[in-house]
Amino acid sequence: MGTNMVHVTIDGRPVEVAAGTTIMQAAETIGIRIPRLCYHPKLSLEGACRICVVEVKGMRCFPASCATKVAEGMEITTGSPEIRQARRDIVELLLDNHPMDCQTCERDGNCELQNLAYQLGVRERHFEGKRKQFEIEDSSYSIVRNSEKCVLCQRCIRVCAEVQGVHNLSQHWRGATAVVTPAFEARMIESICINCGQCINVCPTAAWIEKSWTEDVWKALNDPSKHVVVHIAPSIRAAIGEGFGLPPGTPTSGKTAAALRRLGFDKVFDTNFSADLTIVEESNEFLQRLKNGGTLPLITSCSPGWVKFMEHFYPEFIPNMSTCKSPMSMHSTVIKTYYAEKAGIDPKDIFVVAVMPCTAKKYESRRPEFISPDGRPDTDAVLTTRELIWMIKAYGIDFLHLADEEFDHPLGYSTGAADIFGATGGVLEAALRTAVEMATGTELKEIEFAQVRGVDGLQEASLDVAGTTLKVAVANGLHNARDLLDRIKAGEEFHMIEIMACPGGCVGGGGQPYPQKGDYTIDFELYRKRAGALYDIDRDKEIRLSHKNPHVLELYREYLGEVGGHKAHELLHTHYQSRTPRGI
Amino acid sequence: MSAHDTAERQYTLDRELQAYISECRGKEHSESFLISVLHKVQARYGYLSQEHMQEVAELLGVPASTVSGVATFYHFFRLQPQGKYKVSFCLGTACYVKGAPAIIDAFKEELGIDVGETTKDGLFSLEITRCLGVCGLAPVVMINETVHGKLTPASIPALIAGIRKKEEAG
Repeated sequence: MGTNMVHVTIDGRPVEVAAGTTIMQAAETIGIRIPRLCYHPKLSLEGACRICVVEVKGMRCFPASCATKVAEGMEITTGSPEIRQARRDIVELLLDNHPMDCQTCERDGNCELQNLAYQLGVRERHFEGKRKQFEIEDSSYSIVRNSEKCVLCQRCIRVCAEVQGVHNLSQHWRGATAVVTPAFEARMIESICINCGQCINVCPTAAWIEKSWTEDVWKALNDPSKHVVVHIAPSIRAAIGEGFGLPPGTPTSGKTAAALRRLGFDKVFDTNFSADLTIVEESNEFLQRLKNGGTLPLITSCSPGWVKFMEHFYPEFIPNMSTCKSPMSMHSTVIKTYYAEKAGIDPKDIFVVAVMPCTAKKYESRRPEFISPDGRPDTDAVLTTRELIWMIKAYGIDFLHLADEEFDHPLGYSTGAADIFGATGGVLEAALRTAVEMATGTELKEIEFAQVRGVDGLQEASLDVAGTTLKVAVANGLHNARDLLDRIKAGEEFHMIEIMACPGGCVGGGGQPYPQKGDYTIDFELYRKRAGALYDIDRDKEIRLSHKNPHVLELYREYLGEVGGHKAHELLHTHYQSRTPRGI
Repeated sequence: MSAHDTAERQYTLDRELQAYISECRGKEHSESFLISVLHKVQARYGYLSQEHMQEVAELLGVPASTVSGVATFYHFFRLQPQGKYKVSFCLGTACYVKGAPAIIDAFKEELGIDVGETTKDGLFSLEITRCLGVCGLAPVVMINETVHGKLTPASIPALIAGIRKKEEAG
């Protein structure tokens, strides 16, 4: 027994835990999960909701178990009638300041407040009175705020500051008028919000949700004059199964393709094709910069949350950014140019839907750079994984029993290098596979770059490529990206960097399925499983190098011409701008 | 790396305040000086404008959302400029019992603003004070340095019209 162990009793049972353990954690060691609401294991302690109160002998009031550390000899009761009543009272008070619209709420069945009310046995409403009233704030392309459903747990404020380093949100005013908003109560679209959607992921209720574009998609699917084309991001296949009860990490490319056909899409393509295309262009860009003394490190630009973050917080890095469009925007462009021409369809009649793990992709699709001169967006609608799950359920499609189907060709074919885009480090690895082969002119003996794998927030590696040492780094979660960028500003040198806004990369995106009951988002074990599905798909593919995708090569041969050439530049590359308000 | 606009950023806060903020920023836990900085800005300009709050955020290195969160939390901070005529309602016990709430309502209705706000023409602002110590005259309103006692809601329009007339006459 070390001296730093503490002995307490919990509900009469002796428990020995390390000093510094909270009562909440100590109770978990004997299989008691104390009910909680504002607590989140990956965020700082708030202690705001008081749901997790317990009784400690000798203490005058009920302490919050998330914020109270065990002390030698404590006698703790977690489930006395008084405690259970206190928790119930708190939930009743929250409910009576809450719209009573569970049946029509987007989070019905996935709401922590609803689950708590049921779990704690709230069956009546005792405190009905005046409710707080706020307008719905839906100025953003990506995110909708309904402050009437907010329980002021402050998880969104914490995730925005602590995980993303954005600090867009804080609580304004006090008491009955307290509300979570950006600085100066600005509208979301005029704020420094990067649209990553992590606020949605951690929100226990529907105070934050994605802006739904499902109605636009249903409408297009039922419009006979439209040729409706869908493409899905790499990480969708690793996560969508969870929405239908499959264990995390079950790859479901085939079932997803089948479900999309049942929904009525005319063509089911794969964003992966353009992940390969991105790698071909970006590797070329990297090698050119390396050879010609261009700006380094080259920083990836696939993540629209990261792009907007850079524009608000680090515009001095604009010259470092890869000018490649993201795979989504490349793919939509290729559909409305190359594919339209090949299929003989007027691009005006093509409606492109992209299914993304990401709320920021909705915003990306409405950036002026990705809207054609006649006002048509390259990507007409963006759905999150959650929205697609809902559409599949709404249609009555029996996802679990669908036989696997293939994506349509040519824009549905991809190599293993594209699949791993959905995991943090995947874009860098895919780029290295291609860049190293291009630079050395010889075939890679070892295709996998294990040094840049893993879901940790920041990874660095030095690689020896044909006598040159390349320093590379991967950051996910923008708080980690800030640390890395500050080091570069202080003089550290890197050659290539991948940055993804969301923790874990796209597998942890702001549009991914809500966690199972009792689980939390920002769960790196979950992200590891989802990423594992992508690495498995990659391993099983015959071709695992983007520049060997035969359909991508065909696209260059038939339409684009040279890699990095004039037409490729016109169609596949973009630019960035410094934005205000300036991030701090 | 390109030069960014931070280098050319022009701040409107006066030099003395800028010097104070940079002094605070050099200290340990610099973010804890936020309230002190906001006090000084309000003392100098009478209220906290959005522009000044944004500048405080940038100069002190505190997120703008934190600055406006703090500024809206505390009663003391004003987010609008003070009117030329500062109307202070006494809400001490005697005034309250003698009908201060109805007096407040009459001012709000006549001026079309809420307590804590300023009329568009910049003439009047409304605020609540503690007991003014002239309970014998309850209900009492102070307009700048002048005490008006034994008011009734019906007397308010004339009181306001009188001030407006004086202003128009210059």
